[in-house]
Amino acid sequence: MTMVTEKDINEQIAWAKINTDVLKSMENPRPAYWVTLAVCIAMVSTAVVAEYIQYTVGMGTANLNNPHMWDMYIAAFVFWIGMSHSGTLLSAILHLIHADWRKPIYRFAEAMTTFSLLTAGIFPMIHLGRVWNLYWVLPYVSDRGIWPNFRSPLVWDAFAITTYLTASMLFLFVGMIPDLAICRDNTTGWRKKLYGILALGWIGSDRQWRHFRKIYLLMACFLIPLAVSVHSIVSADFAMSIMPGWHITSFPPYFVAGALYSGCAAIITLFILLRYFFRFEDYMTLPIMEKTAKLTFAIAMVWTYLNLIEFASVWYGHDVYNKELLIAKATGAYAWIFWIMLFCGSVLPFALAFRKLRRHMPTMFVVSLFLNLGMFFERWMIVAPTLSMSQEPHQWDIMYGSIVEWAIVFGSFGWFGMLFLIFVKVFPSVSMYEVKEMVFHRKRSAGEEDLARMTDHAKPVTQTTGGGSA
Amino acid sequence: MSKKRMMGLFGDFEEAHDAIADIRRNEVPGLTVDDVTMTSPIEHPEVEEVLGERPVHIQKFTLFGAIFGVVFGFMFLAAAQASFLVQPQGGKPVIALPSNIVLMYEMLIFFAVWLTFFAFIFLSGLLKKRSSLYSEKVSLDQVAIIVEIDESIGESVKGLFEKHRVLEIREEAIR
Repeated sequence: MTMVTEKDINEQIAWAKINTDVLKSMENPRPAYWVTLAVCIAMVSTAVVAEYIQYTVGMGTANLNNPHMWDMYIAAFVFWIGMSHSGTLLSAILHLIHADWRKPIYRFAEAMTTFSLLTAGIFPMIHLGRVWNLYWVLPYVSDRGIWPNFRSPLVWDAFAITTYLTASMLFLFVGMIPDLAICRDNTTGWRKKLYGILALGWIGSDRQWRHFRKIYLLMACFLIPLAVSVHSIVSADFAMSIMPGWHITSFPPYFVAGALYSGCAAIITLFILLRYFFRFEDYMTLPIMEKTAKLTFAIAMVWTYLNLIEFASVWYGHDVYNKELLIAKATGAYAWIFWIMLFCGSVLPFALAFRKLRRHMPTMFVVSLFLNLGMFFERWMIVAPTLSMSQEPHQWDIMYGSIVEWAIVFGSFGWFGMLFLIFVKVFPSVSMYEVKEMVFHRKRSAGEEDLARMTDHAKPVTQTTGGGSA
Repeated sequence: MSKKRMMGLFGDFEEAHDAIADIRRNEVPGLTVDDVTMTSPIEHPEVEEVLGERPVHIQKFTLFGAIFGVVFGFMFLAAAQASFLVQPQGGKPVIALPSNIVLMYEMLIFFAVWLTFFAFIFLSGLLKKRSSLYSEKVSLDQVAIIVEIDESIGESVKGLFEKHRVLEIREEAIR
């Protein structure tokens, strides 16, 4: 008897049902969707009030003072940039290696990238304090003919993030065009008008599909190095300085691994939410959840290794400032954050190694939230301890952030959630045409395998309904 | 001689594929695969077996965008740096290649991606008004073959479509 692994998707699902299920999700989510959206809006409102206080009173309310010129806002900026990485990067990599299980989940993951970047982009403005001068962050020539310093990684950030945001949005948009045409053909009123414009006149001709295949491949090829470069450049904000704890050779890969890790954890969180809100059990299946969880586990182990190698190189490098900082992180005022970070980032992911847990949605939901808590603390542990304990001992200070600062950071999660939830209500969060492709090709290859077996007079395969590889 | 467009709607890809294969075998004199367009709900690269390999030129625009990005990036940065000599250089050259390479790389991707996108819109025939032969069933699960033919061979084409169990046939005159 041949053992067959559980299928990622039911190959017998009718194409009409795929259209109906996904289009219905845009009209009729569960009530929990509205509750979550309301919570997100409430969180944003909290942040708006906090920002108003900061705007009127000044940056002192956020405890941003020497030596903590960078703190929670920059940690949150790095966190959201990191969060943006998994969506587009994983979608592009899995597309290039023909991993078709990405098809039901890549759309919302790519949307996650866009909205994470839009959230990240808010923090430099908030951190500047004088938000009315936010255009100063852009690399342009001033009235006195002065250009920004192009040698500064902060200017590189502006270029890299702008490029990544536009490229990710184009990648998301291009991938949606055939689905927007489906929406155009199956809706009425304002939706029909909106989708009609956005579908750009798509009719699904062989010419359009041929060009579509090429542009998707080309964009995927560009987005992989772009995503890596963006987070390397964000790491350069720190690593190009001579501050202890920041001037580390392994920072770029460490940042990229951390970004992929938090992004994967967020994909799991959103996977579970969308599966419940929109009744997507037929598309966001347990085998796909298992694959995502295994990928997250693998990335968690890479991140763990990069942490260990950083600790080891600091220890054996024997630079007194770096070594003292490392000891202070593990035993000082920030120790509880440091150990929670390591627990959530390196120990908790072992839960993903157990098949039973990987298939238990409530457990996975809680685990994914804690993984991201660990990743937020990681960013805080990059920014805060170095500023607290730099080379000048008379400047040493501990800072946990003010209530205004925390409210704005808290609100950023609401902002991201609000944008994301509006997106998945207006646009199809499961790619209809790609799920059809997945079903079509899997059914066809299954048919070819059956034919080959019958030709060889082999016994037919026995399907195990609940079974699967660990 | 007046010309028209005819659309045949098929229940599955196999039937449409076989119909195009028959056109390729010249079963209808005066009709070649160059006159055929297939519309489908998903991508079917295997249709090229019968339609023949048709060229795609997007990558040329991508290459142009990439080269333009690098050259423009360097020129922009070098021009900006050269016009701002009062900035303290710290002993480093005015036009610093190592840092400029990072930004040139970003611009390479920026322009390459945008040009690829515009090339896609232009070359794949988007932004055109849809013909009355477009069937919304194509966005569901059916496959259509659209041919441009002389009126005189209309019946032969219909016969060919019917041989392959066509579900619906529509026609429009070409003005």
